[in-house]
Amino acid sequence: MITYKDIIKPENLVYRRTPLLTQKTLSFCPGCGHGTVHRLIMEVVEEMNIQQDTIGIAPVGCSVLAYEFMDIDMQQAAHGRATALATALSRLMPNKYVFTYQGDGDLAAIGTAETIHACNRGENFIIIFINNGIYGMTGGQMAPTTIPDMITTTSPYGRDTKIMGNPLKITELVAQLPGTCYVTRQSVHTPNNVRKTKKAIRNAFEYIKQKKGTCFIEVVSNCPSGWRMTPLQANKWMEENMFKHYPLGDLKVPSNENVKQ
Amino acid sequence: MTEEIIIAGFGGQGVLMMGKIIAYAGIMQNYEVSWMPSYGPEMRGGTANVTVIVSDERISSPILNEYDTAIILNQPSLDKFEKTVKPGGILIYDPNGILRHPERKDISIYKIPATEEAAKLGLTKIFNMMVLGGFLKIKPILSVESVIKGIEKSLPKRHHKLIPQNKEAILKGMEIIKLV
Amino acid sequence: MSEVKLMKGNEAFAEALIRAGTDAYFGYPITPQSEVVEYLMSQKPYETTGMVVLQCESEVAAINMCYGGAGAGFKVATSSSSPGISLKQEGISYLAGAELPALILNVARGGPGLGTIQPAQSDYFQATKGGGHGDYRLFVLAPSSVQEMADFVPLAFDVAFKYRNPAMILSDGIIGQMMEKVTLFEPIPRRSLEQIEKECPWATTGKKPNRERNIITSLDLDPISQEKHVMKLKEKYEKMQAELRYEEINTDDAEYLIVAYGSSARICHKVVSIARKQGLKVGLLRPITLFPFPYKRINELANKVKHILVTELSLGQMVEDVKLAVEGKVPVYFYGRTGGAIYTPVEILEYLKTKL
Repeated sequence: MITYKDIIKPENLVYRRTPLLTQKTLSFCPGCGHGTVHRLIMEVVEEMNIQQDTIGIAPVGCSVLAYEFMDIDMQQAAHGRATALATALSRLMPNKYVFTYQGDGDLAAIGTAETIHACNRGENFIIIFINNGIYGMTGGQMAPTTIPDMITTTSPYGRDTKIMGNPLKITELVAQLPGTCYVTRQSVHTPNNVRKTKKAIRNAFEYIKQKKGTCFIEVVSNCPSGWRMTPLQANKWMEENMFKHYPLGDLKVPSNENVKQ
Repeated sequence: MTEEIIIAGFGGQGVLMMGKIIAYAGIMQNYEVSWMPSYGPEMRGGTANVTVIVSDERISSPILNEYDTAIILNQPSLDKFEKTVKPGGILIYDPNGILRHPERKDISIYKIPATEEAAKLGLTKIFNMMVLGGFLKIKPILSVESVIKGIEKSLPKRHHKLIPQNKEAILKGMEIIKLV
Repeated sequence: MSEVKLMKGNEAFAEALIRAGTDAYFGYPITPQSEVVEYLMSQKPYETTGMVVLQCESEVAAINMCYGGAGAGFKVATSSSSPGISLKQEGISYLAGAELPALILNVARGGPGLGTIQPAQSDYFQATKGGGHGDYRLFVLAPSSVQEMADFVPLAFDVAFKYRNPAMILSDGIIGQMMEKVTLFEPIPRRSLEQIEKECPWATTGKKPNRERNIITSLDLDPISQEKHVMKLKEKYEKMQAELRYEEINTDDAEYLIVAYGSSARICHKVVSIARKQGLKVGLLRPITLFPFPYKRINELANKVKHILVTELSLGQMVEDVKLAVEGKVPVYFYGRTGGAIYTPVEILEYLKTKL
């Protein structure tokens, strides 16, 4: 009779949890994309065998506790200032891999100046930007990336762009800057997209190794709790609405590669 | 020995530089020195002044009410600082553009037509060195050699070729200063 | 080899940063301290010691860059003047909360608001009572000469690393802008990454297999555990009392005591010498550290003087600490100028004479 012991063998292994994620249970809401992106970064760090040389920066927002889940040295930044911390770290330790992990409020509202200037200086680190169009941690307020007519607790009748301004396409903006070497927009709502995002993260770490400049990865994500939807509804709504404003794909790749739109 | 000096004029007249050279020359002679500028948003044309103290003791306040010597290069500065010269002290001024001349009787007043003389000699950029020469004549607390070393320290290397001209201006200043 | 130079206070500070083995300086121009970043850029220490020098997009970015560098155990510094220091306060609070060593120079000017670019001492409360949000203190040094602008750099770093706490040098436009003779200390080499990892086992330089991951954060969502953290900080500030420094001039036989710090202490030193010539027994106590503050010594001196005069280039901030120290034993008078106006020695002496 075949027992589980006969099945669990290295040659049969198709998936395993990376040991670079700590044993702590993720505190994110069901269906949220944060956990997936946390995992992908740690998988890439594991595959490149650079745990000893990687330093992450957690922001203020839902991913403020990222350092609880990633088994690497990490710093937690003041709201919006992650790229300032990363600037110092990457300049002081030029052979290390430094990344920031930031939400839309942190990166594109309170931290806009730091984001743009770090990208413009071409600081050699990775910015992982989770864009779910909402302030999740504080309970679903309007974000700089909230799309027109989207309902949030501070745009309860939908975002009226005449009153509340337009969604900020910061990824398009930083792609224009000479300091960025790789700017891409991905998502993690389907297995295929997860694979593409992981590839993008891997690319970014490789470019950092080659000291090519700032790598900026936007992950368009969901917020089932903030959007007041089930995870499935949220993913569907994201595909139908968010992607129109934030189309997936590479915006900028290092000059010796072709730019795909 | 403690010499408390105020140098005042328009920005761009080389007021701060003159003070810096005195301070550097003081260091060359092992004195304690302090150089306290007025600073402001005007780079050129505004009023500028600097308090320079040269002493053989630890210098206390870099901010003073009264001075042993006032070196004055324009009318607003004369109006402001004439009254701050200690009784028995010295006031040196360039009469160029001065309408109301100094009036005090309890101090020694010297006139140095440095602007006019520098224009004649084509040395307008270093007219302040002429004034400095005048000061050194009246108050020989520092040697010309120390002052030249002070200039070397104060000027960027690329301007060192101008040092002989500076020396010439200092000596000229010593000639043309006159007691009023 | 020590060198004697004629330098502005700001330049002496910048030169001392290079000589103290500082790893990075992050700054933003503001009068009256822009010479710091100008001097550093002119000296190009990134080509000699490898020190990072960056003119940042803002004061806020600068202090947060300090946080990043300090979190990895590096010797980092920033400088600014009053309005810029206000901008940095959030970051300073984070540094204190995360227990990170860093050096912050404030070449203070008159406020509030944009105020003036002229010197003032109206940032005493901000420097000594925390400044940003939360229960914390900085180690605060108040230089009164260009020499001290240089000498306090290695001292501030030593204390900052000893206690894992930010240190501030509270100067002002007088000390920053004036030039004096300064004897520069011999250069201290920068530490290697291995040395940093040894001296700062908490630093985020990358997780080695033989240790747990290092985390730099000031966040603790559990109030009981956060309270414990703040109590630990409090104990640290108590231990920091050992770093107290002050200077006394003619206090032995003084009948009247002046308490003044920084540039004011220089001006009051002159008051003492003029007063003594006139037969008035005036002494001066100059707190060199503003936190810790010489409460005990002032209390002792209050037993033997007739009254105490506090002078500050403000509406009166340190005077509150002096009054706490004196415990009502003798009258404490205050003379101040503010908004960038500066008093002269004679002005202070005349005020003192009205209180005899």
